[in-house]
Amino acid sequence: MAGMSSPGDGFRDGFRDGSHDRSHEMGMHTEQLAGRTQQVFFRPEEEERFLYPWAPDVDYNRRTEIDADTLTSTEVNSKLRALMDQGYGTIVVRNPRGKHSLGVGILNRLNLIFEGSLGYFAVGLIDGPNVRIHGRVGWSCGENMMAGTVVIDKNAGSTFGAAIRGGDLVCRGSVGSRTGIDMKGGTIIVGGDTGAFSGFMMQRGRMVVCGNAGKNLGDSMYDGTIYVGGTIRDLGVDAVPAELTDLDKAWLTRKLRQYELLPAQGVDHFTKIVAGKQLWNYDNLEPTEKKLIL
Amino acid sequence: MAGSSYKGSEIRSVDQFIAGDGLDSEREKEIGQHIGYRYDVNLLPDYDRLTPFLAKYIDLMGWDDLNWLEDVHMGYEEGHAAVFDRNINGWVRIPDDIKLPDNQQDRDMIARELLIKFQMSQRHPMVELRRAYRKF
Repeated sequence: MAGMSSPGDGFRDGFRDGSHDRSHEMGMHTEQLAGRTQQVFFRPEEEERFLYPWAPDVDYNRRTEIDADTLTSTEVNSKLRALMDQGYGTIVVRNPRGKHSLGVGILNRLNLIFEGSLGYFAVGLIDGPNVRIHGRVGWSCGENMMAGTVVIDKNAGSTFGAAIRGGDLVCRGSVGSRTGIDMKGGTIIVGGDTGAFSGFMMQRGRMVVCGNAGKNLGDSMYDGTIYVGGTIRDLGVDAVPAELTDLDKAWLTRKLRQYELLPAQGVDHFTKIVAGKQLWNYDNLEPTEKKLIL
Repeated sequence: MAGSSYKGSEIRSVDQFIAGDGLDSEREKEIGQHIGYRYDVNLLPDYDRLTPFLAKYIDLMGWDDLNWLEDVHMGYEEGHAAVFDRNINGWVRIPDDIKLPDNQQDRDMIARELLIKFQMSQRHPMVELRRAYRKF
């Protein structure tokens, strides 16, 4: 069968010597399963640009307001884009009244201020803006956030920062369960406590909890770092304590001071949690197994 | 628990993934591929090594630090230095004529600068993708 034949010219040398093709010998697949580097080269002399080519040029000193009282979420989000196109760099949204999905998908620099509480999925998928929320937020605030800063003055619901990939997501109060579930980067900071299963399936990034953490902290985490200033009810599978280094302390001090959350006693009391890497069992049969299932 | 022992190789030197194939542990040799990232994803940035370009970027965005770039490192794919571009979900190779510093912190700063320049350029694949698929 095709899977038993010799690998073609496209295979890496490592696959030619016979030591790396166990799954091929089993006839389960023929394709190469290793990753490939993009054959796109950087140009160091590239034009000096700091924003996406399509991003409107906004001025932080140009400020305007939206009254969201009678508007739908879609209308508010459309207005935000229209105002950015007009060059406004600071936008205040009044009366958000807990509406869902406000401020999502902004891929530009912007100062965005909400005067009130937001509902579910607030400011998800953002890439660049600095957001301040003077109120509370519901589930999944900052979900899939790419870059920028988000600071919430009060409490947040569950799955805070779900699947976040970058940027700083800060809740000055306490948050619900599953904070940073599946996070793939970025920094989540919680001024108060966090609920159960925080950092569940975390893959990278940093989570800082100034208060206490609920049960199963860091369950099934693959990589990344969790810092906890208070007590940890218990650790999840494969989450283990690690040494708090000088680099950790310097980073924690700088980051917490930046958001005015640095405890009076400093950061020496923080516990650092990392992945024990006992669950690293991936092998190159996995894609084939997926194919069979799907 | 699915596993009973750590199965990936430890990073011992800055050139480990350029000089070797990254297959160090028994498990890696058995399956023929490196387990885990090809760099230390948890390495925190040393801000004393910030480049002027990155300082300007931080200032323009109104941030106090590298923000999302704290997660960008120089990694290694197929024996070449590269940086992972999340916007295209792939590695982008560092040109061979760029001399790599002898430490990961300086390499990370180069990777961050090159990634920004590439992502913001008109020849980035996102420009075409956005034209084809944008919804708003």
